[in-house]
Amino acid sequence: MLAVEVNHVVKAFADKVAVDDLSFSVAQGEIFGLIGPNGAGKTTTIRMMMDIIKPDSGEVAILGEKLSEAAKNRLGYLPEERGLYKKLGVLDSIVYLSSLKGMDKPSAMEKAEELLEKTGMSATKSKKVEALSRGMGQIIQFIVTIIHDPQLVVLDEPFAGLDPVNTELLKGMVGELRSQGKAVILSTHQMNQVEELCDRILMVNNGRAVLYGNLPEIKARYRGNSVLLDFEGELGEVPGVTQRRQHKGYIELILDGKTTPQKLLERLVSQGIVINRFEVATPSLNEIFLQEAGKKS
Amino acid sequence: MNKTLLIFKHELLNAIKRKGFIIITLIVPVIGLLGIGIFSLVSASAGPTVVETTTIGYVDEAGGFDQHTTQGNIELVGFDTQDEATTALINYDIPEYFVIPAEYTSTGVINRYTLQRELETPATTITAIKNFLTSNLLTGEVPPDTIELVEKPLALVTTRLTETGEVATEQGGFGNLLVPGIFSMLLALSLLISSTYLIQGLGDEKESRLIEVLLSSVSTRQLLTGKVLGLGAAGLVQVVVWLASLPLLLNLASSTFGGFFVTIQLPANFIVLGIVYFIMGYALFAALSAGVGAISPSAREGQQLAPIFTLLLFVPLWFSSILFIFPNSPLWVVLTIFPVTAPVAVMLRLGVTGVPAWELAVSIAVLVLSIILVMFLAIRAFRIYLLMYGKRPGLREIIRTLRSG
Repeated sequence: MLAVEVNHVVKAFADKVAVDDLSFSVAQGEIFGLIGPNGAGKTTTIRMMMDIIKPDSGEVAILGEKLSEAAKNRLGYLPEERGLYKKLGVLDSIVYLSSLKGMDKPSAMEKAEELLEKTGMSATKSKKVEALSRGMGQIIQFIVTIIHDPQLVVLDEPFAGLDPVNTELLKGMVGELRSQGKAVILSTHQMNQVEELCDRILMVNNGRAVLYGNLPEIKARYRGNSVLLDFEGELGEVPGVTQRRQHKGYIELILDGKTTPQKLLERLVSQGIVINRFEVATPSLNEIFLQEAGKKS
Repeated sequence: MNKTLLIFKHELLNAIKRKGFIIITLIVPVIGLLGIGIFSLVSASAGPTVVETTTIGYVDEAGGFDQHTTQGNIELVGFDTQDEATTALINYDIPEYFVIPAEYTSTGVINRYTLQRELETPATTITAIKNFLTSNLLTGEVPPDTIELVEKPLALVTTRLTETGEVATEQGGFGNLLVPGIFSMLLALSLLISSTYLIQGLGDEKESRLIEVLLSSVSTRQLLTGKVLGLGAAGLVQVVVWLASLPLLLNLASSTFGGFFVTIQLPANFIVLGIVYFIMGYALFAALSAGVGAISPSAREGQQLAPIFTLLLFVPLWFSSILFIFPNSPLWVVLTIFPVTAPVAVMLRLGVTGVPAWELAVSIAVLVLSIILVMFLAIRAFRIYLLMYGKRPGLREIIRTLRSG
């Protein structure tokens, strides 16, 4: 059973089409990256998945069915801009919001204590939410998102505003969710996080899918015909190389259409050059993102 | 537990724990008790009142006004001429004097002179002068008992009969008005506070985007129903505290002050209609507040829009003086039937004249229909504008989207 199945979904607001015929699916046990520039339609897509707004056309199935009240208990959602009841205590906030996910009070209390302990936030449990820093509030909201053991977790910019220690903590917990077989949708601008965590991605721009699929495959698709080389000695003339670019500590060799990196490596070895580093140049996801976002907008 | 019930419980507890709620709920009985306490203390410490005798001068140009110069606490002292009286006045020997002109018996005009600047002549002075003149004019003409009767104020005892000729249980008067009058003010206040809480709560949840977390757990209907019922229950708690404290305070007041407070009665059906109109008024205002909360991007903007309907709550109170003078004015029929003014208008009218059964029936029917319509529109507006942050939509846009949405 797929965790999410979105089929030809369209959503238009008064002045623009926010999501335009978008289709994708998310499997159980994977971390799925939802990326795209600002205003691309990511949050609208998430809100339709969460049944906060209805699509104009198309279908959304969550955990194999149209989102029902009962199915909402198996969802965890961390919206992009976060807030809790400021005047309420930390533990009370967690217990109330988890009760709306179908948890009974004793198990909510027990699980809340456990997660507060795990995130190093136990000392805050009796404090009011308004007394917490932004980062601390974010951790509490992350706890609220996962406390009821959801099958599908949707995280909209979960690392924004977190210090490196808390970012690592959250990343570890997101990884644990995957290993427990849960589906995680990660919507973010931080491409390094996506590269590090996601198995598959969907990049949207102007409401439409631009890139969709397995992350290594996508990166391979964008791989340029060049090689990064760090070597000792004199390179001299190398057949198949049309251009050289000098970088700090290495050189980038641009190959002609006929020469493969494998062939080049053979030639360099046969020329007796001592190679310290030989790497097929792959663009970062950030570069692919910039390239695609620039192309379509 | 049912999710609507969870939201209901959360909203109710949150509302009654607010400092503002506790203060407003307790302030009514506390002020009443303080008032009674202060009155008792003051009257106990003051001891028996010493009545001072005042002297008023007069100049009798008509002749024959020389008897009955003691009128209650006022002593009347005659002067031969107006000049003498004026001298006594400017020397502060007397605070005032009056002249009975020679032609008094034909004109009835008396001229009064004083150093005091006053809005009108004190009633005690008028009574004293009037009785002095009447006594002197009638002495020897009619028996003394007749003079006494003429001078006494009218003792009018009114008895209201029912249509079958029996003495009615409700006799009317200000004693009848007091409880409905106070209750109508408290009702308006309670509805105003509940509306403010609802708009504030929704605005806060929208601003903090908590609403998205809530709606990923519950439906719009569950969220709104839970909120409306929770705050309604808080309002009911408030009204019940006030209603429960009223009989106690009134008992205490009638034993302390006596007089007027002894005549206080509750109109028939008052409690039943009070609760019916509170619940319906609350439902209408909650729906209106939810609608305002839905189209407002923030709590502050919502509060700015709320007076459009919350001010209407107080309209019957502004016109209450008209009700006392013209209880059957058509204005009252309009205020009784118009749904936003109905709860307060009906409470006020119950205390003054009562409300005809047909008006009550129409008023309740219109209220029920309005509640259904406004609730329907509010839920619709809530869904449409829930996630529109930033700019508040214009009236034309709201009407268009409500029609098409």
